[in-house]
Amino acid sequence: MNSLAAPQRWEKIFWPLVATALLLLLWHFSVIWSGTKIFPSPRDVGRGMLELFRHHVLWADIRDSVRRVLIGFGIAAVLGIPMGLLLGWYPAANQVVNPVMQILRPISPIAWIPVAIIFFGIGDRAAVFLIFLGSFFPIVVACINGVSNVPSVFRRAGRNFGLTPMQLLTRVVFPAALPQILVGLRIALGIAWLVVVAAEMIAVDSGLGYLVIDSRNSGKRYDLVIAAILLIGVIGLILDLIFRSLERLKPLRWGFRNVA
Amino acid sequence: MVTKEVEAAPGLKTKLSVDNVSMTYKRDGKLTHVLENVNLEVSDGEFVCLLGPSGCGKTTLLNTMAGFLTPTSGTIQVNGEAVRGPDPRRIFVFQERGVFPWLTVEGNIGFGLSKLTKPEREQRIAHYVKMVGLQGFEKSYPAELSGGMKQRLEVARALAVNPDMLFLDEPFGALDSITRLVMRSELLRIWQAERKTIIFVTHDIDEAVQLADRVVVMSARPGTIQQIVPIDIAHPRDISSQHYLELRDGIFKQIGLAHQV
Ligand SMILES: Nc1ncnc2c1ncn2[C@@H]1O[C@H](COP(=O)(O)OP(=O)(O)OP(=O)(O)O)[C@@H](O)[C@H]1O
Ligand SMILES: [Mg+2]
Repeated sequence: MNSLAAPQRWEKIFWPLVATALLLLLWHFSVIWSGTKIFPSPRDVGRGMLELFRHHVLWADIRDSVRRVLIGFGIAAVLGIPMGLLLGWYPAANQVVNPVMQILRPISPIAWIPVAIIFFGIGDRAAVFLIFLGSFFPIVVACINGVSNVPSVFRRAGRNFGLTPMQLLTRVVFPAALPQILVGLRIALGIAWLVVVAAEMIAVDSGLGYLVIDSRNSGKRYDLVIAAILLIGVIGLILDLIFRSLERLKPLRWGFRNVA
Repeated sequence: MVTKEVEAAPGLKTKLSVDNVSMTYKRDGKLTHVLENVNLEVSDGEFVCLLGPSGCGKTTLLNTMAGFLTPTSGTIQVNGEAVRGPDPRRIFVFQERGVFPWLTVEGNIGFGLSKLTKPEREQRIAHYVKMVGLQGFEKSYPAELSGGMKQRLEVARALAVNPDMLFLDEPFGALDSITRLVMRSELLRIWQAERKTIIFVTHDIDEAVQLADRVVVMSARPGTIQQIVPIDIAHPRDISSQHYLELRDGIFKQIGLAHQV
């Protein structure tokens, strides 16, 4: 396997399986050799996972987490994309808003948890608000950058065909910036998934984050804790893969390298 | 034989007139004089080539003619009216490819046609797909086309809005020499069929002499018009004829290149 040759189909599946198996083995023997009484072995976690599935709470937790993410992320996208496009389009407006954004952007959404609870109380809306905060800024910033990176040749071509500024924005600048916007959305979705788990540990009493903290608090079930963590990872991966599949759409594909 | 001629060919209506145009760029406080006192008249339906060394201001001049740039001084008129900005009646084909990668071949050609009804638009698209020989690729995206096909697509998109002028900025510059030859004769065929006024930028002397009614030779920066050479040979041109070679060698001398490698 060198970096130039495209990997074979079987290799794409085989090597990750080998890596996963090695990791599980390492985990298994680390638990045995260290003689830990608290940390579960892979087999304990597997059993814990089955238990979770059998008791049906798991599906409700998954549904709650995914729902919160989709709502919070959805609102962030619906508000953030037009706002980012306009700020990218009118640099003067961007200069007004930019300082505020640069201050708000680096604040971890986790820091807003107390504020969210004051506003919305314990419940769905607090979690959704935190997810919204976490994903809004990456989306806005990606749109601003996307718009300002649109090659001027496309804009001039659009103007040449007599487009009004609004048409130029929707028919040229938006599609030209779309690949970059999509990257921003993907990053934002990743952040949203990080935030939902944190928010659910504090601000609500359902969802995968709650499952993690509840399994620890009610009886120190670390097998369930690790099982829930693994599930969080797998679902995050699935969300990301769904998003990545958008990069293959033909009107977007030109903007991505390494997409077959 | 090489004559200085600023006026348009007699008997024809003047389409474009460039009067005393100068252009100075200012960047980081530094002034670059790019064009100096350029005067040119182009008549309706004429094919003019702008020829000059790299960096002499050909793209800049073309941009001022098309209304993308305002000259520092001087005026540009089309049909007797001052140019105030880009206009769908005058389409620019860019040196850096301007086809939209997010649209199919059909989408690109139909881009400027949103005012037409659907059947009209489809008919227009089909006509120009055929004219530039992209049949079978209507649903393809630019990434799936070769360089020459993309260039033809951009020309088709320009022609589809039925402009009366075309500004072509080294449209075939990035193509291999065989494709360039094919594209030249395609362009001539289209020009003869549609009789647009064409301003064609190139730094290839042969290309200029093969295509143009008149070749405008520009000097190195600051760009001025050094000479305007009428090419009085009917199409299709015999590029081994004595007269062709004389005209070509005259331009080589004008640019200061000995005819030897
Ligand atoms: N926006 C700009 N700001 C400052 N200088 C510029 C700008 N655009 C072009 N120039 C300068 O003006 C000069 C002429 O540029 P122009 O693109 O018109 O040349 P050209 O004749 O088209 O060259 P080429 O054959 O290489 O395309 C160059 O020296 C370039 O550096
Ligand atoms: Mg140029």
